[in-house]
Amino acid sequence: MALTGKPALIPPGDASRGSDAPGQAAQSAQAANFSWLALGVLALLLAAMPLALDAFRLGLLAKYLCLAFAAVGIVLIWGYGGILSLGQGIFFGLGSYSVAMFLKLEAAAIAGSGSALSQFYGSDLPDFMVWNSVEALPWWWVPFGNLGFALAMVIVLPGVIAFVLAYANFRKRVGGVYFSIVTLALAAIMAIVIIGQQGYTGGINGITDFRTLAGLSLDSEGARHALYYITVGLLVASLVVGRWIVASRLGKVLVAIRDREDRVRFSGYDPALFKAFIFAVAAVITSIGGALFTIQVGLASPSLVGIVPSIEMVIYAAVGGRLSLLGAVYGALLVLSAKTFFSEQFVEYWQYFIGTLFIVVVVFMPTGLAGLAERLLRARRNGNKR
Amino acid sequence: MSNILEVENLSVSFDGFKAVDDLSLSVEENELRCVIGPNGAGKTTLLDMICGKTKPSAGRIRFDRHELTQMIEYTITRAGVGRKFQTPSTYEDLTVRENLEISHPARRGVFDCLFFHRSADVDRRVKSVAGDIYLGEQLATKAGLLSHGQKQWLEIGMLLMQESRLLLLDEPVAGMSAREREATAELLKRISKGRSLVVIEHDMGFVGSIADRVTVLHQGKLLAEGSMEAMQRDERVIDVYLGH
Repeated sequence: MALTGKPALIPPGDASRGSDAPGQAAQSAQAANFSWLALGVLALLLAAMPLALDAFRLGLLAKYLCLAFAAVGIVLIWGYGGILSLGQGIFFGLGSYSVAMFLKLEAAAIAGSGSALSQFYGSDLPDFMVWNSVEALPWWWVPFGNLGFALAMVIVLPGVIAFVLAYANFRKRVGGVYFSIVTLALAAIMAIVIIGQQGYTGGINGITDFRTLAGLSLDSEGARHALYYITVGLLVASLVVGRWIVASRLGKVLVAIRDREDRVRFSGYDPALFKAFIFAVAAVITSIGGALFTIQVGLASPSLVGIVPSIEMVIYAAVGGRLSLLGAVYGALLVLSAKTFFSEQFVEYWQYFIGTLFIVVVVFMPTGLAGLAERLLRARRNGNKR
Repeated sequence: MSNILEVENLSVSFDGFKAVDDLSLSVEENELRCVIGPNGAGKTTLLDMICGKTKPSAGRIRFDRHELTQMIEYTITRAGVGRKFQTPSTYEDLTVRENLEISHPARRGVFDCLFFHRSADVDRRVKSVAGDIYLGEQLATKAGLLSHGQKQWLEIGMLLMQESRLLLLDEPVAGMSAREREATAELLKRISKGRSLVVIEHDMGFVGSIADRVTVLHQGKLLAEGSMEAMQRDERVIDVYLGH
């Protein structure tokens, strides 16, 4: 059942028939949620998309995949750790704004020492700072002019903040719904702070109008394809890391904590440490998605940080199946496609459709798409046997 | 013989109700002690305080060289105190093997767990403990699918894996069939060699068959202590608990 265990490419049917043997049966439920074949299919499918989609649709798909990172993180913390975070937008935002600051500074510095407006005002500050009469670059913006620093912050900021926040709460045994409310409040606060500090953050408009990444144009088809493949690659890497954690002894301890946190203390573990660790891992994965989003969509915005986007991220994971890492990706793709479709067709009511979809999934398919797929596979297998 | 556990003047009250009141007792190494008493005598509360689940309001608990009242649950567990709860508390979504493996004492840090490889040594230990607790054939079964009695055994097995030197067992034969009770008595006698056990039980026949000594609690206080025969003759014990 471990990463190093079985040969990678066993068709799902065969794998689970083998699992009927004593000694395997109990492990099949979790293993079935993640077969290497299914991951391979997903990776190939995504890799082929640039051939099938026009530039606009490919751009949409890239955007969806960036949000899928958040869903993968939620499966880890919610499905396996039992921690329902309603504030993953915080971490998406940290990654997003970290690279946005770098891109903005580069855009301001190049293009003949600043954008048209900056030139007009005789300054190479980012344009929104000029509009807000900020006269000098704030000290905490300065290091983000360095690409290496900005990329490091995509990992370090969410990792450290998530760990400290989670450990402080869990050590005091603030958990369950109370922790959800804490994350919800923090997401709201972060969005409010960003909007309120317009001169330093771009406010409600966010940070946009980027030109280049380390001198390379972001507009060319080649750049877009390269970024798309980097996104797919990192998403697959996140899935593999997630699978590794879930299958390790750490994953078992997490399941134990999810089901009986009190008992785990009497097995000699500090549950707060484990929960904080997985929360930090999920935050980093989410942040990477945020960074890729900003580079490809060309925007960092408070509308991706607050309560609404954070709850949407939970919906992706719920629809995909909260115990399934792969399901999270399909869940994000499905919900976001539906959102695009409904918002194009029913401009005024589309949010009701998303809400209905969420309720239907939670009430009728608590294991989400992954659970449905598993049931269909099992039914077909039983059919074959007869 | 030296005492592995010494409880001195232990008290705790809940909203003014003294659940345990100035209680002192000691348990020797390799001793199998049973604690009996009517409902509300403070038996479970006593175990809760020893294992760190409940903080006493006064008194001291010394285990080996540790002062347990100063420690928290998982450090007490790591020091070698194992607790089995009244309702079987196993990890139902994990297999018997995983339940036992998780209880292995060597590696309890986050990264230890992430990079854990099942060594032949751990594997042997899992199999031997599973055999001890009559679950050798059920290694791959999810704990949630076990019978009530098997869950009780599994929880005892988890304490054996933990290499606890003091096992606190709260009603280990509750809900078991006669045959399972016998097997459990046999199991407890077997594992008390090299460990100390404190067992809470209501089944007097069972207590008589396993206990080295019996402690009787009543209204949070120590009522009597001695051999099962002595307790059965003791007027006060008959009055409050055993009946005429």
